[in-house]
Amino acid sequence: MTDYIVPILLLAASAFALRKQENSYDLLLSGAADGLKLLVTLVPTLVMLLTAVTMLRESGAMEAISTFLSPAFRFVGIPPETAMLVLIRPISGSAALAIGADLMAQYGVDSVIGRTTAVMLGSTETTFYTISVYFGAAGIKKTRYTLPAALFADFVGFFMASLTVRLLM
Amino acid sequence: MVMSWIWTGMVALSIIAAAFSGNMSALSAAVPKGAQAGVTLAVSMAGSICLWTGVGKLMEKAGLTGKLSKLLRPLLGRIFPSIKTDSVLENHLSANVCANFLGLGNAATPMGIQAAQRMAMGCNGIASNELCKLIVLNTASIQLIPANVAAVRSSLGCNTPFDILPAVWITSLCSAGLGVVMAWGLGRLWKK
Repeated sequence: MTDYIVPILLLAASAFALRKQENSYDLLLSGAADGLKLLVTLVPTLVMLLTAVTMLRESGAMEAISTFLSPAFRFVGIPPETAMLVLIRPISGSAALAIGADLMAQYGVDSVIGRTTAVMLGSTETTFYTISVYFGAAGIKKTRYTLPAALFADFVGFFMASLTVRLLM
Repeated sequence: MVMSWIWTGMVALSIIAAAFSGNMSALSAAVPKGAQAGVTLAVSMAGSICLWTGVGKLMEKAGLTGKLSKLLRPLLGRIFPSIKTDSVLENHLSANVCANFLGLGNAATPMGIQAAQRMAMGCNGIASNELCKLIVLNTASIQLIPANVAAVRSSLGCNTPFDILPAVWITSLCSAGLGVVMAWGLGRLWKK
């Protein structure tokens, strides 16, 4: 089933654009060129963060953190190996991507840990960054209960990622 | 500035852990290995990133966000009652949600900010209940195709990078849904 989604999405996007008299191929090309620019900004970030993440793993710090937190993680049903990812995800998107890529490489993309990592990355956002951008632009000083509610949503995401991977895959 | 602290913290933590466990040679070898891994990852994601930014631009110009927002209107009206009387807000808000859904981060943020600014008018810097819900909805991502993650998976040799889709959809629906419910509940308890 899921094998249909991506190819059909490609066709639908192009067909709808053609119907609106848009030059779909030119749009694809100029969008891809934007993607290349995005990639150039991504390279320095990924180099620095994967350096730090690889250091964390090889030094044993990553393992120490997940061992330390494993009772709490096991209690709520989230694999303790993902502890570092769970901690960093709400703070930095690119650091989370670096940690996630490292976890997937270490444990295998199709392992339970690898898949849980992928689902976590795909279904959560950089909470603190989003809150500061929105409230900053809107000139809000008192954010009231936004942070606890948003962190609760993140927690539900981490929990459900672990659960869905265990049940569906 | 936050990232400077995080990066320094990660390096400091690694050195402390390596000194304790005697892993210093492994730590020192990790530095060039990690740097190279960063480039390898970026290069192996390049194709997917270019493809999806291209498709994203296409979906934007093809008016898919507009079609989607018609479908979502009744649901959004339940979460944000004030859009029923404010059509400008409704347009910004549904464009924000739909662009997020299609993975068009560059289009979603400006729309969301405009919606937030409109909601914040006359609030004296105190977030209203609807504004809190808007932010919670934006911190919980609901995405049709998590393209970056799929790119990482396929770069690591995965043959079925998109088989995580059902799990991602269920997970993000639960997290966004329960996040909004939590915001609604806290909105009733929290003093202004």
